[in-house]
Amino acid sequence: MKMLPTVIANLFSKPATRNYPFFVREPFEHARGELINDIERCIFCGACARKCPSQCLTVTKDKTEGIWTLEFFACVGCGVCVDVCPVNCLSQKTTHRPVAVERAVITLRGKLPERPAKKDRPDSIEKTAE
Amino acid sequence: MSIDATTIAPANLLAEASKLKNDGYRFVTLTSVELDETNMEILYHFDKNLTLKNLRVPVQKGGTLPSISGLLFGAFLVENEIRDQYALTFDGLVLDYQGKLYSETAQTAASSPFCKYHVKAEPDSKTGSEPGIQQEGK
Amino acid sequence: MARTVIPFGPQHPVLPEPIHLSLVLEDEKVVEALPTLGYVHRGLEMLAVKRDYNQMIQIVERVCGICSMIHSLCYCQGIEEMLGIEAPRRARMLRVVWSELHRLHSHLLWLGLFADSFGFESLFMQLWKIRERVMDLNEATTGNRVIVSVNVVGGVRTDLDEAQVRWIKDTLVEVEASIRSLQSTIMNDTTVCKRTKGVGVLTKQAAYDLGAAGPMLRGSGVAQDMRQLKYAGFDELAFEPVVETAGDCWARSTVRFRESLQSIDLVRQALDKLAPGDLAVKVKGKPEGEVITRVEQPRGECLYYLKGNGSTFLERVRIRTPTFANIPPLAAILPGLDFADVPVVVLSIDPCISCTER
Repeated sequence: MKMLPTVIANLFSKPATRNYPFFVREPFEHARGELINDIERCIFCGACARKCPSQCLTVTKDKTEGIWTLEFFACVGCGVCVDVCPVNCLSQKTTHRPVAVERAVITLRGKLPERPAKKDRPDSIEKTAE
Repeated sequence: MSIDATTIAPANLLAEASKLKNDGYRFVTLTSVELDETNMEILYHFDKNLTLKNLRVPVQKGGTLPSISGLLFGAFLVENEIRDQYALTFDGLVLDYQGKLYSETAQTAASSPFCKYHVKAEPDSKTGSEPGIQQEGK
Repeated sequence: MARTVIPFGPQHPVLPEPIHLSLVLEDEKVVEALPTLGYVHRGLEMLAVKRDYNQMIQIVERVCGICSMIHSLCYCQGIEEMLGIEAPRRARMLRVVWSELHRLHSHLLWLGLFADSFGFESLFMQLWKIRERVMDLNEATTGNRVIVSVNVVGGVRTDLDEAQVRWIKDTLVEVEASIRSLQSTIMNDTTVCKRTKGVGVLTKQAAYDLGAAGPMLRGSGVAQDMRQLKYAGFDELAFEPVVETAGDCWARSTVRFRESLQSIDLVRQALDKLAPGDLAVKVKGKPEGEVITRVEQPRGECLYYLKGNGSTFLERVRIRTPTFANIPPLAAILPGLDFADVPVVVLSIDPCISCTER
């Protein structure tokens, strides 16, 4: 009975929920969402992979090419990699990845920085299903 | 940096614990620490007016300690947990899960998934009581 | 009278997390209760051998889904003590802000679940609606909704600007007003009182002897709150533990209700004391030695034992979570209860099973 005023107030106010798929709330400005790598600027130092607490990042490189892979299903969105990146090529969007039905990893390839820093276009951005 | 703890022998444990209880200490928990291949220690934490009193009890791997759960019922859960994870047995547990607190299908033979150095299990039983967190012996 | 064994859980409508209780019943009375755990055991303590001490911050945050900030606060505090550094004042105050916001949303969540346990759906919905405002505060200020990941060894990672401070204060005014509007329902409503008063009584002596923690202990009249240890920024804030003496479910829910209002007050105090300054100090060296730190979580006292050996990997991380301490008292108060009261009493300890099993 003590609840009655609240219940009546709720009866005459707008619903607290949104009609979700048709109305999506704007994300917050600093929300930590999808992790993206501007591979052109990446120097493949591997700092992100070493610091990642969920070990979802791997960085490998050979003589000319570096490969940066993100197992985004394992990513916890803490943003530690963004903090430690020395060239600030990592960033987080404010939105999250849409749900997926298949497990996948994101593989990005890029040229290693030559001594006269020559930046090539990223070769390919591919999603490989495991 | 180290903590303030009194080392006592396992034989004096019950007497010491009941003294602390009578002095108005609240039982907090037990901590098991692996020292090397054969030795472990158990830390008993008690609290009174926000000050911790710690007892350090050395024990051999796979050994037995007297249970304080008869005295302090609150200790039965953590003693069973240590039995599960470090294969130490406690004598006189009021509620004894026989090493099956976390896994009903665990083998009753001693196994110590939380040790870096394993306690040897019986030859006919599997060591794995908790899949996925098995540590390799060094 | 023949005895019946009724399995309660691991899946039960009132349980947010899986715990199994074998209840031995005589007629409608519980005569024996045996808890079984292990449905969400993850072995997080053991991950310390694979993750360095900085990565462990994110691991310990995942011990509990709802008081994550306070776990990492406790852990960072321990590492800082081992390294002999102290977080700057601004960082300590910010830690108070976020940890109290966590306590607030955790208590609101629990009050809702508790209302749900005796079938008061509209109160449950109302409390969760209020909680959503607090979650928004968390998400907007830190970037994540629940597991906020703001602590680092030596300080915090995220700062609050003037606009955010003002926004938090404004939102908290509204949140406080809406919580207060439910006060008479939670504390005095006939239905609520009938289901909670005199149910599951834990006396002061029993609570102390069984090693209960947090609201369970304070609901029984023991004024013990780890915030009295003055960790983080609590040394500068006015704080008195909330105590009720009845020891029943009503007392425990009242303690939590009053604590949520207290948390709002503490956030305000901390925001007022927020002076400009550094966010983190530089970390030198590797953790070595042993340390025990304690903090107060929404569910009670949390103890961390950390042992380092001078490398980046810790040798032992031991986490004693509050629910772990509250399960023995639960097993002790269940016998003698009516079966219909069991869900209410189980919920009244605020069971956080993933905390318990880690």
